[in-house]
Amino acid sequence: MSTYKHIIALFKKDLLLEVRQQYSFYGIVLYVVATIFVLYLAMGTPEDMVWNGLFWMIQLFVCVNAVAKSFLQESRGRMLYFYAIAGPKAFILSKLLFNALLMLLMSSTSILLFFLFFDNPLQSPWKFAGIASLGGLGLSLIFTFLSAIAARAQQNAALMAIMGFPLIIPQILLLMKLSNIAFSDVIQAGLTQMILLLVGFDVLVVALAIILFPFLWKD
Amino acid sequence: MRQSWWKILSVLLLSYTLIAGFLGGVPVKPILNETIRNLYFHVAMWFAMMIFFIVSLVYSIKYLRTNNLKDDWYAVEFANSGILFGILGIVTGAVWANYTWGKPWSNDIKQIGAAISILIYLAYLVLRNSLTDLDKRARIGAVYNIFAFFLLIPAIWIIPRLVESLHPGGMGNPAFNTKDVDSRMRMIFWPAAVPGWTLLGLWITTLRIRTRILEEKQLTNE
Repeated sequence: MSTYKHIIALFKKDLLLEVRQQYSFYGIVLYVVATIFVLYLAMGTPEDMVWNGLFWMIQLFVCVNAVAKSFLQESRGRMLYFYAIAGPKAFILSKLLFNALLMLLMSSTSILLFFLFFDNPLQSPWKFAGIASLGGLGLSLIFTFLSAIAARAQQNAALMAIMGFPLIIPQILLLMKLSNIAFSDVIQAGLTQMILLLVGFDVLVVALAIILFPFLWKD
Repeated sequence: MRQSWWKILSVLLLSYTLIAGFLGGVPVKPILNETIRNLYFHVAMWFAMMIFFIVSLVYSIKYLRTNNLKDDWYAVEFANSGILFGILGIVTGAVWANYTWGKPWSNDIKQIGAAISILIYLAYLVLRNSLTDLDKRARIGAVYNIFAFFLLIPAIWIIPRLVESLHPGGMGNPAFNTKDVDSRMRMIFWPAAVPGWTLLGLWITTLRIRTRILEEKQLTNE
């Protein structure tokens, strides 16, 4: 029960920092706007397939940027403090929770910005929003854990990209295939299977994070 | 003799694979023709790669439990051998694909899976090299090895079942269906090609581990 309380407290702390500093949210929004604007200038309104591909690529880079700082911002002393009072499990769970929320927000913002700049090629925007949230959740979970590893290795975001991009390819491929259903009325074979697989991935990442994180922070 | 029997066995099995593989009878099939003999090399490489990655994972888990640096060396060297056999698998596959599918690379789901697994283990090596402290390197490397294995390997076992593939057995069992293989070929593939290549890889790995242990000994004595 106390782990639960610790998670909430740490989560609130991250949220409060975010609300006070208002740095990462607006930073990332600006990042998305700038990227999409450059793309818009370069190629005008893209076709459906390109739209879909661009959306997921931008999600990937937004995620790397949004999540990368979650562990790097904590100083060594503060880490030790959290470790001592809350324990590693509560710490990693609160980070996973916070980053998942951040990424959900980012995904919805990206969809709106895509509509604004690139029109709306979607037949069913709500389905796409659902898939984007699921994808954002998966991306944020994997990159949160990788950011913990990268922070531990005292490395920058480049190492995160090296470690993360190959890991994320299976999920991105599934998500791109899945999001085809939002563009037309086609019936995608094995839809439930794919969604279950994505959810399975998320559960797996959380489980691995809980098991492996204590080893990462032991010194 | 007691320690080297499996090395002799490896040489014997591989000699049998090479001789019987190139001279033995194979079914005549359109497009495949004689390239079907690549089965003894290409598919056996993947078996060896998977075995080495699994062994590497086991040693990483063992390291986290015991904190014995030797386990970490075993994990790295088995990962190295896995990468070697993965690259050989891709190359033999590309040669085969060039004659049967028309080009060496066609973005087949299994080709992508093979490429990303090699990328991931190369990332594991890069991550390790970025750390200088021995214990920290071993621990963080082990954590990434375990994390990457469980995220990746199920994916490349499951996802090929969901999408189309040029490989045989697509949209169903992507693995190797025993009934698909001609009985003459089965007699070479299972008892000789797979264990032969795996034992050769094991031999390479043990040599590398022994070199590493000697190097470490030299360092600590000085």
